[in-house]
Amino acid sequence: MELLVVKKRQNYIAMFFILVALLSYGAMEVTGFEPAQALIAIPQAIVWSLSNFYPTMASIKNLPAILIKLHETVFLAIVATTTGGICAMAFALLSTKGVPVFTVMCRLIASFFRNIPDTVWAIVLLLSFGQNVISGYIALFFATFGFLTRAFVETIEEVGANSIEALEASGATYGQIVFQAIIPSCITQVVSWLLFMIETNIRSSTLVGMLTGTGIGNLFNIYYKFFDYHSASLVVIMIVIVILIIEAASNHVRRMIL
Amino acid sequence: MENVFDATVQPISLMSSWPKLMKKDKKGKIIVHSTDAKQNVVNYTLVFLAILTVYGIATFDYKKIFMSKAITDTIQNFAIMLTEPMAVHFTYAEAFGQLLMTLSLAFLTTVMGSIIALFFGLLAAKNLTNKKTSNFIKGGVAIIRAIPTVLWVLIFAASAGLGSVAAIIGLSFHGIGYLIKSYSESFEEMDEGIIEALKASGANWWQIVFQAVLPSSITCILAWTFMRFEINFTNAVAMGAAAGAGGIGYELFMAGNYYYNIREIGLITYMVLGFAIILEIFSNRLKAHIK
Repeated sequence: MELLVVKKRQNYIAMFFILVALLSYGAMEVTGFEPAQALIAIPQAIVWSLSNFYPTMASIKNLPAILIKLHETVFLAIVATTTGGICAMAFALLSTKGVPVFTVMCRLIASFFRNIPDTVWAIVLLLSFGQNVISGYIALFFATFGFLTRAFVETIEEVGANSIEALEASGATYGQIVFQAIIPSCITQVVSWLLFMIETNIRSSTLVGMLTGTGIGNLFNIYYKFFDYHSASLVVIMIVIVILIIEAASNHVRRMIL
Repeated sequence: MENVFDATVQPISLMSSWPKLMKKDKKGKIIVHSTDAKQNVVNYTLVFLAILTVYGIATFDYKKIFMSKAITDTIQNFAIMLTEPMAVHFTYAEAFGQLLMTLSLAFLTTVMGSIIALFFGLLAAKNLTNKKTSNFIKGGVAIIRAIPTVLWVLIFAASAGLGSVAAIIGLSFHGIGYLIKSYSESFEEMDEGIIEALKASGANWWQIVFQAVLPSSITCILAWTFMRFEINFTNAVAMGAAAGAGGIGYELFMAGNYYYNIREIGLITYMVLGFAIILEIFSNRLKAHIK
């Protein structure tokens, strides 16, 4: 009997792998991707990077311009995260209030914003706001809002459920429940999510900047298109340094609060 | 007699220790909120973020934009986009073909990424290798993850030429970093006793991996992989638009930046949204199954 179960499980696993292999084959046909080419491309890319993609003395003089744009991109990410976080918190509180209409509405709206990629927002906003930091901001804001609403709803449901019930039983008003139970018990998780989102948003704001012609993404694009790979590599190095610093800082905070 | 004496003394000694437990403010009111170090760090972090936000808003270069006009334009654009989706420069069949292309890019990226990440994830798990190897891999992963996906794609495009190879390899890097981290974390959650028991019975490393580690964490791995598939799909759309990697993202870029066609953007948005929601529902089911 047990052997049969094991055999059945093995069959499932085999079927799963065959399915994945077939789908991969189909995907390769559609995209024209050849694994052999990919194997050649990696050493090729390493050789190319070592001979072209490094900063030179000439590119160092672009550093002030890079730092100004990097400053803009980093702060774009932070502002989009905090403002998006505040709206997401309001929506998460509304959707956990227990009124079914609110819950469904809030979740639909959040799902809508979460599932439309920031790329789409950036392109649409570019048409009305032009090459402006605001188009990037709104694109990031929408994406952040959608993502954090889901994260906060899950946090509230996980952490706050017991204390909400206890306070409801003792006759507390909704405001009291929010400020005495939900926010105090969720705040560490919320801070942790915000820090995570800032890291993610710095990467996204590079992409959004590329699309909307602002910030460090656009600067990279310009260097890249004019084949100034030395300056482009300096941009990459600066982004890596900033992201590693922010990651280290937020990990430090996370270790202290969680 | 002694017992009675004790009973009268005890409450007094307890009373004297109360002020240490209950803090009072200057007016003599008992402070109900805890003011421990944790809470302070949370507060400082929030205040710090608020200051950074205000500073950011104050120092952005807004370039004298006409806000009211831009906002009304945006609302009009959104309204047209969402209510009148239409295909102009391509047929519906072509659009589906491009969506399939993006989906295929995401799928290949996920499959390739998960195979590579599985191997490195095993090496990065502290309970399966030594601390040194684990830290080395995790450090490398941190640097790989720090570089945005679009830059990976463009770097590969510069050496290998723009095409599906550059797109898939570039897309894979970030995904591999993400999966190594999450895989190794789920391996580390494993019961230490099982590994020890297998080691004691003389099983080698591969046997431990295939008989104990993989079977017990397979559901977790599947959930993480599927979540990555969702992200890869979004990224594949973005790479089409930002790096010209083909697929529906490229059509989106053309519609927005060359034809200025809001209706076409609307159609593409609905297609992407529809697929993203299907993927999310699948992923939620998978997660619920695991919990």
